[in-house]
Amino acid sequence: MLDDVAIRIRQNIGIVTAVLLFSILYLLYNLAHPKGFSSAVLVQNGDEIFALAMLAMAQTVPVLASGLDLSVGAVMTMVGCFASYLLTGAVDGTPLHLDIFGLQLGLGTFPGGISGILLGIVVCLATGALAGFINGCIVVYGRIQPIIATLATGAVYIGIALFLRPTPGGKIDEDLNWAMTNSLGDFAATVHIFDDGAASWFAPVAWIPVPFVLLVLIALLVWVPFRRSVLGRAVYAVGSAEGAAYMSGLPIDRAKIAAFTLAGFFAGCGGLFLAIQTSSGNADIPQAGAYTLNSIASVVIGGTSLLGGTGSAIGSIFGAMVLRVISFFFRIFDIAPLLQPLFEGLILLAAVSIGALGVLRVKNTLELFR
Amino acid sequence: MSDAALTSPAFLALSGISKRYAGVRALEGVDFACERGKIHAVLGENGAGKSTLIKIIAGVVQPDAGTMRLGGSEVSFATPSAANAAGVVCIFQELSLMPDLSVADNISIASPPRRFGLIDARAQRRRAEELLAEIGCEDVNPLMRVRDLPLSRRQVVEIAKALGKKPQLLILDEATSALTSADVEKVYAMLARLKAEGVAILYISHRMHEVEALADRASVFRNGRHIETFDKGRRSTADIVQLMIGRDIAAQYPPKPSRGSPKPMLAVENLSWDKSLDGITLRVGAGEIVGLGGLDGQGQKSLLLALFGVLRGVSGQVTVEGREVRPGSPAAAKSVGIALVPEDRKTEGLMLPMSIADNLVIASLDAISTGPLVDRARENEAIKRAIARLQIKIGAPGDAVSTLSGGNQQKVVLAKWLMTDPRIILLNDPTRGIDVGTKQELYRLMRELADQGAAILFYSTDYDELIGCCDRVAIMYDGRIVRELEGDDLNETNIIASALNIDAAAPGTPGAAHA
Repeated sequence: MLDDVAIRIRQNIGIVTAVLLFSILYLLYNLAHPKGFSSAVLVQNGDEIFALAMLAMAQTVPVLASGLDLSVGAVMTMVGCFASYLLTGAVDGTPLHLDIFGLQLGLGTFPGGISGILLGIVVCLATGALAGFINGCIVVYGRIQPIIATLATGAVYIGIALFLRPTPGGKIDEDLNWAMTNSLGDFAATVHIFDDGAASWFAPVAWIPVPFVLLVLIALLVWVPFRRSVLGRAVYAVGSAEGAAYMSGLPIDRAKIAAFTLAGFFAGCGGLFLAIQTSSGNADIPQAGAYTLNSIASVVIGGTSLLGGTGSAIGSIFGAMVLRVISFFFRIFDIAPLLQPLFEGLILLAAVSIGALGVLRVKNTLELFR
Repeated sequence: MSDAALTSPAFLALSGISKRYAGVRALEGVDFACERGKIHAVLGENGAGKSTLIKIIAGVVQPDAGTMRLGGSEVSFATPSAANAAGVVCIFQELSLMPDLSVADNISIASPPRRFGLIDARAQRRRAEELLAEIGCEDVNPLMRVRDLPLSRRQVVEIAKALGKKPQLLILDEATSALTSADVEKVYAMLARLKAEGVAILYISHRMHEVEALADRASVFRNGRHIETFDKGRRSTADIVQLMIGRDIAAQYPPKPSRGSPKPMLAVENLSWDKSLDGITLRVGAGEIVGLGGLDGQGQKSLLLALFGVLRGVSGQVTVEGREVRPGSPAAAKSVGIALVPEDRKTEGLMLPMSIADNLVIASLDAISTGPLVDRARENEAIKRAIARLQIKIGAPGDAVSTLSGGNQQKVVLAKWLMTDPRIILLNDPTRGIDVGTKQELYRLMRELADQGAAILFYSTDYDELIGCCDRVAIMYDGRIVRELEGDDLNETNIIASALNIDAAAPGTPGAAHA
């Protein structure tokens, strides 16, 4: 029994390291923060972490199948722009029209009200998944390296986002914004459940920020079942040894498409939240690029091998949180913004080096290359 | 001929099977059949068409012509999983395991037990434990990652995985080549059980004594054709070898020259490392071939790696021609004239996607360069010489090394090191999975190198080979050298007894331990 535990810890040392690193950094941050350990700080942090955590999960799945997805930031941005049209919450709906080369095409009216918002959310997430599905099909049927395929489709998705939002704009329902980016208590008050959040049994959990709840729900309802499904297992198998996976009769094409589709879905979740949080759509190209690169950094800090086959999206969430906490420190220590990239880079290097320390203990140097 | 023996109904029957790869004939009009409850050996040199035959039966490749019948009805498998579904399961020579997944994951990879649609980890683990127990290898923890297992244990997992598919026809392609002798016994017992249950078994091996011990019937292939099928005991080993290579072979091993006391080349004093080497003291003289024997995993591989500078934290003393050396890396080992033919040629020996030419010169670039630039003329000259010297059968030097057969790949590995003019050559089971003809060429080459003054340290899992090739054999047990055998003492009885670290027959009474 103890043997089993030891084996499991050894096999998940990357994730354990990321969790420990995050815990230490976040504790220090709260100790240094004038309002540390308060719901307000937690809510603010939750809002800042969510989108990157989703993109980190998105990046994890293709990486597990040994393929990078350079389009996750673009998918996020594109979905955000869709959301800025569909989640206005206007009572009598939103008229949609397409404006191509001076040609005006009416597309009818997108429903309004609460049902319209719910429908809008579904459409946005489906758009993200579809973008990922297209990536997967191009990789599998086009037989194109993932890194190149997604570099190209990423540019296309950014193009669509720019077409939708040449300048930042749009509007997201205010209640939706309030409900999703605050604590559970605020959520209950906004949607009028549990006596507007005043129910006595509800009080002990009312302080928890909604983004954290969403993160846990998505991890539990999407990632965990996927990991334990045959398709999820096949993704790990493909990343570990594709030839062996084929010879074992696994559906490797479907696994790869599923990996990219799930990546698109997670990136869509991130884009949706970012739009709700900022109440607008913005085809911000540098931001899309930065999110993509940070998602890769998160995956690595979270203990997933870029070679594929080992790691977990849960680790990547912690990787993203480590990355975000680092930038939180800049605020409280009042470091000049111009120095931020320099420090971020150094700390990222240090964080990744911790994971590489195990190399020093290896007695058979041949194992370093396996 | 023994065709009368083939009258009982065949479970698998191939007729007129042909296959060409890019115009090169791999199989030509092959008729072949095997029965339930029989172990049927398939013999032939590399390139004889055995692999293609198996790949066709297992659904990896499709034949150009011919038909295949299984249990009386005609079948054709488009994929390995289609073959599995029909009860045809193959354990391939190239391991089909996923190194990052656990043993339990790997064993159940194709059809894991499920609960509520999701993989049931606990049931899966139980299943792995049951299957491993069926082979008698309960010591493998199903939670371990395959990556962390030694090669011999991986092969056990591979066998358990195949067993879990409930095969009707089980194909083993060199499936025991990396097993320890204790595990081989267990696998034999398992095969006997399957045979009794009526499973048809196809067995491919280059180890003649294995085939003799196991097979009820054997078929010999040569140059893509089925040469002959015969029942156990109808042909002598010499006959079989001759059928396989199609020419007469005088002696399997080159003669050992008698020497006085050789000039010392490599001296190892009290070498220890981690838990696997414990005070090794060994001498190899110039012109000597010294074997490393014993059960698998007694430290033989670690010893070779330690000498080659791969291991950290080695204590003790190593001298080459009287000068103390302390190689800290393979590059350092190379510079003092040490070469290693590694255990796994696919990952440690070769860069598979690179060309034959690139692989040949990769260790000796310094010797063919002028300053920082590689001298093309000298490079081509060196490549030509190496290919001619080892008689490597290739298309063009620019072809990827992965296009070569296993035996020729191993020749490339050896040739690569010979180009560095090594004084000390370390060989880690270099004949694993290699055909008889190439093996004999390698034996001859080893002796030739020794005659030219090299010191050779040769680890092999094949006792026959150690006895035939080596001037002296050091038997290792639990990280120590327990005995050195030479002359008349160098026989199978003594090797086995020493490998088990038991006091067996007195020297010179071979056969006493066979009782």
